Amino acid sequence: MDSFAMVFTIFVLAAFIGFEVIAKVPPTLHTPLMSGSNAISGIILIGAILSAGAQHTWLSAGLGFIAVVLATINVVGGFMVTNRMLEMFKRKD
Amino acid sequence: MSSGLVNIAYLIAASLFIFGLKGLSHPRTAVRGNQLGALGMLLAIVITLVDQSIIGYEIIIAGVVIGGAIGAILAVRIQMTAMPELVALFNGFGGLASILVAGAALLEVPYLVGSGSVALNAQFSLSIFASGLIGAVTFWGSLVAFGKLQGKVNDGAVRYPADQLVKILLAIIALVFAYLMVIYPDSATPYWLMVAVASVLGILFVIPIGGADMPVVVALLNSFSGLAAAATGFVLFNTVLIVAGTLVGASGIILTIIMCKAMNRSLTNVLFGTFTVTEGGPSADEVYGGKVKSTSAEEVAMLLEGAKRVCVVPGYGMAVAQAQHAVRELFDLLEGNGTVVEFGVHPVAGRMPGHMNVLLAEADIPYERLKDMDEINPNFKQIDVTIIIGANDVVNPVARTDPDSPIAGMPILDVDYSKTVVVIKRSLSPGFAGIPNPLFAADNALMFFGDGKKAVEDMVKSLKDELG
Repeated sequence: MDSFAMVFTIFVLAAFIGFEVIAKVPPTLHTPLMSGSNAISGIILIGAILSAGAQHTWLSAGLGFIAVVLATINVVGGFMVTNRMLEMFKRKD
Repeated sequence: MSSGLVNIAYLIAASLFIFGLKGLSHPRTAVRGNQLGALGMLLAIVITLVDQSIIGYEIIIAGVVIGGAIGAILAVRIQMTAMPELVALFNGFGGLASILVAGAALLEVPYLVGSGSVALNAQFSLSIFASGLIGAVTFWGSLVAFGKLQGKVNDGAVRYPADQLVKILLAIIALVFAYLMVIYPDSATPYWLMVAVASVLGILFVIPIGGADMPVVVALLNSFSGLAAAATGFVLFNTVLIVAGTLVGASGIILTIIMCKAMNRSLTNVLFGTFTVTEGGPSADEVYGGKVKSTSAEEVAMLLEGAKRVCVVPGYGMAVAQAQHAVRELFDLLEGNGTVVEFGVHPVAGRMPGHMNVLLAEADIPYERLKDMDEINPNFKQIDVTIIIGANDVVNPVARTDPDSPIAGMPILDVDYSKTVVVIKRSLSPGFAGIPNPLFAADNALMFFGDGKKAVEDMVKSLKDELG
């Protein structure tokens, strides 16, 4: 299997898993789902780290740096605000 | 570290994301789910940091410290009523990061090819194109959505002549640049020109979409921000980027579909359609003339005192008035008096999916009392008093009765079946659909004119007097 077919397979299978798992999220939790997925799409941080760290050119390192800042805002802000919301949904005893 | 081990670690991280999202299927398991997701992210980051191609950590550390501080401050300080704005902003950041990472990959082409990690083929160029295109539309579209949610950009449906044609032309120009990118795979110029075109496209894409359609747009841009990351994963051949980005893409698409269904409109209609404000429908005077009954806090308090079952229907107006804490007070009083209080939440109430639920959870309303439309609708006949706070189109019975109405067929909350309906509203002005609501003139309806928060507080005061 060539490499494109391989990554494309991963993409399609991930989409199926995504549809299955997320269809079960109740409407009550749709806002935390969105902020939580904001945090997960912060995974772009991985790409940003590679650009900022490899430092092949000054420009690519610079672009990488800005991308690291933005992606980290998403990761840290996303998981924290989701946690804050979900704590509110916890059963109060 | 060998690439095999790195990929196994990425697989574990991706699995943790899936378990994390699975946890969100119930409020009880959701906190843990979110923590699993965060753990997966931490693992993916740490593994990437030990990658041998990284020669300097200063820039990374500086970026993570700055971004982490900003993110933490935003997460702690943000008001729950401003969640739609925050999510829009986060969507945008994800899009911009994808543009930059794909742009950086173009600059690194000589090194990436030299190390054998990518091949300079059409697939590489088109993946970069997709990252930049989706990223730019997401970033600029989200900024416009953010501006609309803040009220800084006109949140009406802004139209101009030949608007669809302009968008199609821009899309064609972007495709021409995609072709140039394939022909000159190591040149950055066509990429950045394409990003500029896609930026304009992103702005024009969201500008014509009105405030009440924001839940659809925010959900769709959420999906795009994930897909942009997935496209970047195709550029870098990075599996965890592809899996995580695709999960987010799927999540956003599902929410988008749910929102569209809840308005009985197709996605194409929301994004490109003209929301037809019908001429021939009955005028406000014909619907309301002499039939609207206005009520007072004392009268409502008396009704509530004798009620066994009460339903509260919140809308965007509750968020605007910040009335959720006053509602909680009313909830406590009524429950203390033996009344069962439930909340009927329409899927598109508010400005993003689940907006109302978060506000009510913030005010400590137990989630078991938050009912979806399908759950609450069969119960309205047994409900003594329904209180509507700042909702309009989602409770308009015309959706059931008039096939020519612009909201015909839209699923609504059947509040008119309850014994008495109290509508808290500033005036009789129409909702987003621009049509009068016969509910306000119904025999069993009472209008309580005023600000949502003030009105509920007055009810609480009168009810306290009533209960002694």
